Amino acid sequence: MIWIAIRMLTGDPQKFFGLVFGIAFSTLLITQQLTIFVNLLNLGAAGVYNNGNGEVFVMDPASVTTDVTYPMPSTALDAVRSVEGVDWAVPQLRSAAAVRTAQGDLEQVVIVGVDDATLTGMPKRLVEGDKSDLRTPDTVMVDDVGATRMFPGLDPMGQVLELNDQRVVIGGITDTVPGFASTAVFYTTYSRALRYIPGTRNRMSLVIAQPVAGITPSQLVDKIEAETGLKGRTREEFTRDGIDFIIANTGIPFNFGITVALGFVVGVAIVGLTFSLFIRDNIKQFGALKAIGVTNRQIRKMVAAQAGLVGFIGYGFGVLATVGTMWAFSSNPFFKGFFVPWQVPLISLAAVIVILALTALLALRTVFNTEPAAVFR
Amino acid sequence: MSAPAICTRDVTRDFQAGQQTITVLHGIDLDIKAGEMTFLVGESGSGKTTLISIMCGILWPTLGEVKVFGTDIYDLPDDELVEFRLQNIGFIFQQYNLIPAIDAASNAAVPLIAQGMDRAEAREKAVAMFEKLNIADQADKLPSQLSGGQQQRVAIARALVHEPRLVVCDEPTAALDAASGRRVMDLLREVAVAEDRACIIVTHDNRIFDMADRILVLEDGKVIHDGKTMPETH
Ligand SMILES: Nc1ncnc2c1ncn2[C@@H]1O[C@H](COP(=O)(O)OP(=O)(O)OP(=O)(O)O)[C@@H](O)[C@H]1O
Ligand SMILES: [Mg+2]
Repeated sequence: MIWIAIRMLTGDPQKFFGLVFGIAFSTLLITQQLTIFVNLLNLGAAGVYNNGNGEVFVMDPASVTTDVTYPMPSTALDAVRSVEGVDWAVPQLRSAAAVRTAQGDLEQVVIVGVDDATLTGMPKRLVEGDKSDLRTPDTVMVDDVGATRMFPGLDPMGQVLELNDQRVVIGGITDTVPGFASTAVFYTTYSRALRYIPGTRNRMSLVIAQPVAGITPSQLVDKIEAETGLKGRTREEFTRDGIDFIIANTGIPFNFGITVALGFVVGVAIVGLTFSLFIRDNIKQFGALKAIGVTNRQIRKMVAAQAGLVGFIGYGFGVLATVGTMWAFSSNPFFKGFFVPWQVPLISLAAVIVILALTALLALRTVFNTEPAAVFR
Repeated sequence: MSAPAICTRDVTRDFQAGQQTITVLHGIDLDIKAGEMTFLVGESGSGKTTLISIMCGILWPTLGEVKVFGTDIYDLPDDELVEFRLQNIGFIFQQYNLIPAIDAASNAAVPLIAQGMDRAEAREKAVAMFEKLNIADQADKLPSQLSGGQQQRVAIARALVHEPRLVVCDEPTAALDAASGRRVMDLLREVAVAEDRACIIVTHDNRIFDMADRILVLEDGKVIHDGKTMPETH
């Protein structure tokens, strides 16, 4: 009987493709929007991801994320270093600044000053140049996405800029996750960053620390907080903080929530309508089957098989289409590093199952309510 | 004398039409024998379809009892009644109700497939039935590729393929000209009537009344005539 059910469905290509399209469209909308959503949130933690080393981040208790920091006095570094269980600790300065390009344009950038001695705080990989080039006077390194935006069509390497009246030269390009604010990030040494950014007595944004073997990052965080009065976060916690900040301070969750809900509603509408049309077209046949002696259980299986087939093919196409669109956009620097978290296809699969279950239940109600005696009329 | 194939006792059926209750069948008592062709005739609205639906287990009587080959069918639990129909009753619907997306032989094989028979085997039996009906060469065609008469033969094959003990047929000749109508009736007599099978045909087609073994005339929900031929007044 399942074979008959499948043939009934595929024998009506228009409705069959309508159903597959509806499911594929919903899957695409839900999967794609959730993927972009998760990745956008992830951008909030870019400052953590781009810090190549160190499991513990120490900051003023008022600081929230890598981009929302309240500066600490330089004594904080020694205080952290003196905590037992700290293997090493380095300072980091993060601050906004304005640069003037050779063309005379003014651009807002983020300056990241990393430890002079070890260069800890630099991203793990460079697209061009070598980390040690950072020690060359006046050299800064710019993140790859920022570079393409600041110097469209030009080779960023060797470009000369003016940073608060001081000359800097681009000497390297980092391979980094773009930040949410989409400003370019300039990496330089801590001591030079102090020079580039005029300011007050307290300038240090973060201390990045590493626990000795045998102590977990969260144990070290507890010790540092107890002994220094500063705020400590593990790498994981600080990543989470960056994401939470975006959730709390932007309309992103709401807007994406609406689109995802829309994908669901459109799916229910298209699939539900098309399927009930299909059932209505075949109600005489279903009535005849019921009269002949096909049980409700068999009819349930038939409808389940029809829904299952539509779901299987539609979901497959939907996921393929999502991967396709992501791939098509992958050359856009904004989408750099975008990935599809494994939970997302599962969520859209669950949505597809709910859509089809609702639809199938409606369809079954119609079939069950059909009296077999109606076939003689 | 063997027990009747179908035995109705005091079968009454009401329909609700708005506030009103209309009684369509008034206490029908009938015994129908296997091995002959019984016609159920009467004017439009006299209750023929209602009665045949009750006799084949797809419409509950308001009152009364229906025994089909000894089984009190409306005493059965729902799923057993469905199973009883699947095993014992062959239906020929006026509109055929073939499934458009599967070929003729598969359509005719539906009762066997529903019984759980392997599809290839069920199709083979359907094709064997097609041979008796002279449409063996149409087995692989879709219903839409067949003429109305051929579709009707597929429907007849579907009603008989699982060798049911009761065959019911609503208005088999209504849409046919006189010659085709007689041909279908000849065919039905040939394939559907058997020693241990009852065959009930609903019709108001007076061109075929002479082909009945027994004619029951229904009027306003009562049997007003029961005989080998039609009463003089008709
Ligand atoms: N489901 C129903 N609900 C309400 N009334 C019904 C229903 N089915 C049948 N009736 C009524 O019962 C009466 C008998 O109907 P039935 O279909 O049995 O007549 P019939 O003899 O088969 O007529 P025809 O020759 O036109 O097919 C009619 O008056 C009809 O309107
Ligand atoms: Mg009728």
